[in-house]
Amino acid sequence: MAIHRGRGFACINYPIGMNLGGDPAQALVHSTPDGKFMVALSAIDLGQGMKSVTRQIAAETLGVPVEDVYVDTADSDTGPHDMGSFASRGTHRVGNAVIRASAEARKQMMEAAADELEVNAADLTTDGRGNIHVKGAPSRSITVADTATAAQFKQGRTLSGRGIFLIPPSDADPDTGEMTPVTCFAHAALVIDVIVDDETGEVEVTEINSAYEVGRALNPRLVEQQLIGGAWMGVSHALYETTEPYYPDRSHGPEDFNTYLMPGPGQIVPHHIAVLERPAEDAPFGGKGPGEMCANPVLPAIANAIYNAVGVRCDRLPITPEKVLRGLQANGGARPQGGNNGATQGGSMPQGQR
Amino acid sequence: MTTVEFRKDLFADERDDTLHEIGKPTIRQDILGHVTGRTPYFDDHLFDGLLHMRAVRSPHHHARIRNIDTSRAAVMPGVRRVVTARDVPVNLNTLLSLINFGRDDEPLCAHDKVRFLGETVAWIIADTERQARDAVAQVRVDYDPLPHVLDVEEALKPGAPLVNEVYPNNTFDYHGKYDHQKLRFGDVNAAFARADHIVEAEYQMSPIEQAPIETCGAIAAPEQNGRYVCHTNTQALFFSLGTTAKLLDMASSRLHFIGGTSGGGFGGKVDSIVEPTAVLGAVLTGRPVRFTWDRYEEMQVGAPRGGERWRIKDGVMADGSIIAREFTGFFDSGAYMRLSPYAIIKAAGHLPGPYSIPNIAANVFCVVTNRTPATAMRGFGITAADFAIECHMDRVSEVTGVDPIALRLKNAYRDGDMKAHRRVAKNTALIECCQVAAGKAGWPLSADLAAMTSLGGGQGDRALIPETATDEEGRIGERRAGRAPDTAPSKRPTGRVAAGQAGQAVVAVPVQNEDMQIEVDRIGHAIAASHGAPVASPAPTYARQAIAPQRTGADIVPPRPAAPPQAAPVAASRAAPPAYAPPSQQAAPSAYAPPPAAPTPPASPQAAPPAEKPYQPDRPFSRGVRKPGTSPFLSGTRRR
Repeated sequence: MAIHRGRGFACINYPIGMNLGGDPAQALVHSTPDGKFMVALSAIDLGQGMKSVTRQIAAETLGVPVEDVYVDTADSDTGPHDMGSFASRGTHRVGNAVIRASAEARKQMMEAAADELEVNAADLTTDGRGNIHVKGAPSRSITVADTATAAQFKQGRTLSGRGIFLIPPSDADPDTGEMTPVTCFAHAALVIDVIVDDETGEVEVTEINSAYEVGRALNPRLVEQQLIGGAWMGVSHALYETTEPYYPDRSHGPEDFNTYLMPGPGQIVPHHIAVLERPAEDAPFGGKGPGEMCANPVLPAIANAIYNAVGVRCDRLPITPEKVLRGLQANGGARPQGGNNGATQGGSMPQGQR
Repeated sequence: MTTVEFRKDLFADERDDTLHEIGKPTIRQDILGHVTGRTPYFDDHLFDGLLHMRAVRSPHHHARIRNIDTSRAAVMPGVRRVVTARDVPVNLNTLLSLINFGRDDEPLCAHDKVRFLGETVAWIIADTERQARDAVAQVRVDYDPLPHVLDVEEALKPGAPLVNEVYPNNTFDYHGKYDHQKLRFGDVNAAFARADHIVEAEYQMSPIEQAPIETCGAIAAPEQNGRYVCHTNTQALFFSLGTTAKLLDMASSRLHFIGGTSGGGFGGKVDSIVEPTAVLGAVLTGRPVRFTWDRYEEMQVGAPRGGERWRIKDGVMADGSIIAREFTGFFDSGAYMRLSPYAIIKAAGHLPGPYSIPNIAANVFCVVTNRTPATAMRGFGITAADFAIECHMDRVSEVTGVDPIALRLKNAYRDGDMKAHRRVAKNTALIECCQVAAGKAGWPLSADLAAMTSLGGGQGDRALIPETATDEEGRIGERRAGRAPDTAPSKRPTGRVAAGQAGQAVVAVPVQNEDMQIEVDRIGHAIAASHGAPVASPAPTYARQAIAPQRTGADIVPPRPAAPPQAAPVAASRAAPPAYAPPSQQAAPSAYAPPPAAPTPPASPQAAPPAEKPYQPDRPFSRGVRKPGTSPFLSGTRRR
């Protein structure tokens, strides 16, 4: 009986947004009298950071500091229509709607400032720190706060904007499947190292090395959060989770977190991540939305690593110790596959020496 | 330990990295509230006189309901109202009816029969949750059990029990024509015949629970002027609002939905079941009503990520080139459709994964079984397909002896390549991801592989749509009549689609006025970069000023010279319809085959909902016989 090392690889792409379109999102932006901006949405923050990403997008588009923007969501009386947070559509669809609403509000803001400075609005720019100034002449400036106050109380002008983003609905062909699915794709590739105990059938993921292409990391910390959490979920899906352990038989289904198996915080796998950014042309500042895709490559990479370690093909999820042991039994024992894959050599070792 | 590096060196010329706020690690607007326990969730909205609603649930996979006796439950202490199917104004819906997809197939409360273990047959509304649970246990339902089917391929057999009368073949009907979604590109059978190796395998994913910390729930209460407020943790506010308006036959203006903060979702909070249920309770009692699943319901009654079965057959040359790939996929939708049929189209569009393969065929089925309905979960429609594809790539690697990463790089899609759904690939980055991941792990790559780039695709045949073999197997009803024994793509094609045929890509609607257009120099990325595919509409969203809505020919398809005469008119007719007329999802005529004799008309909802698009609900809890304890998440000292 021994513990075997294995290494597996997988790579994927992932479609962003509702597949065939028809999923609009709207946003409204308006300023307070002292030049702070409120963004009203109906988007849902599931913990993925919807409020924060849209806040940064609004601040960037308006040209004001992020501290001066607040996102209010979701109240159907005040937030305009949005399809919801699913299908990796939040950043792409809502983000684009926020850009459009913020662009219109910015246009009003620049015109109000131009009136105050008695210049052409086209000659003005923002410094991102709360000031509007003449291009090339930073001293000829007015604050966003003074601009908003003048607009509200002197000019009788609102600094507000509306935005909607829609990929029109399309259809799939019945005979060829021709369709215009989503407009952009995120990408990922990863190498996973596992150890497999050929006595118990237990699999432990020891390290992940990965690369994720996300268009643009709108907020690098939120991207990091998604990628770490997604890898955890991928490990959990691959090795532990199901509501029907003997599917399609419905017996022995877990009923709570005592019986629904998932790795705990202590089992988060050491993970070395590279983030690549290739902006998509119709995505907000190029960002694609990393949330859904990042769990997917983990599942096959683990299955491939187990095969590399002990020669058992695990084609049915989740890969429980029972399935590994039955595979080992059918093969008459472990058959380490090796290969020139850069893995630590000397793949197998006696138990207790890992 | 986790390390993160941002490879700003890659694709640097396509990006503007001098933005002020984008790309900054700004702290989340809501995080302090989350970590200090101050963030209000739906369940923090205390109302005077809040009532609690629990569901009576089916103990059978499939049974006819003969009688429901609620007389004992109705007189239990604290019981305010017993609610049954008769109290639901429009007791039939399908989630995607709000985007005109699918037929209404699911009651909020079962009345004639139950189709899965845990289906709702009645509700109790009582002063406390304990009282509601006790009264639920006193509802007597007289069932006549029926044969049930739990396996997708069993359900396709001619003699299989009929699960849902709305779909009499136990499958979703695609385009009013076939009992599955087809994908056809090239001729797989011809390619299999000349391949050096054939690699076949089957993959299976079991259902998976979304497992949010906060279970699905809603609190509804009467507001002024005949309106109802609903505090909810839905993932899709207007989907839930629209679904509620439809099921309760109520103007959407009478509904005030408040949400936006959810204790985890992962796809499990789009089904919009708790919201109409809670609002129904508030309507019937005139009191605030809370309807929330306990953990058992979340795990076993709430919709999971559904089971999927995939079979893949590859034709491979000795050097590792994959020349043909065929899929047969089965999605286990459970007793009702919800979102699964749509996810299958998404899956079909995703095939064959991120690879450039000249011959592709797929049949993907959405199958009805007597199981808890499936719904969305992170990666919906893609996760299991990717598991199958990437496990299969390693099988191909073993058969050909080509290193696993080398094999993927050899077959990777690149900018300019034609995809199986007949649109050109662009903005690809698979090769770079493979190279970077290999580099980090110390997995050796040859110099040739390390020098590859996503930018240089689209040469030769890779950019072209081949002549395609088609068939008409699997028309609706044939399988149940025993006339369509095979589920895999046909071995005997009966039609050909000329090379080069494709319609035009659908792109975003332009801004409605120019002021909404962000300036081109502030969008943060290079438009129409020199690389890449035929980018006829480099930045349809930003770069174009307010132009009349139109389809933009983003993906021009170079036709092959051999195209027969009818190619042009067909292609033209496909491009003809106005860009914004929402095409019917149900009865799309095919450009490639004779029109179906009688497309199934889209089911028309009894009450056409207002403009908002609601979404589908999930299911409430079971009758509580297996897990009678109260979840600590559901009630607490805060709740009266």
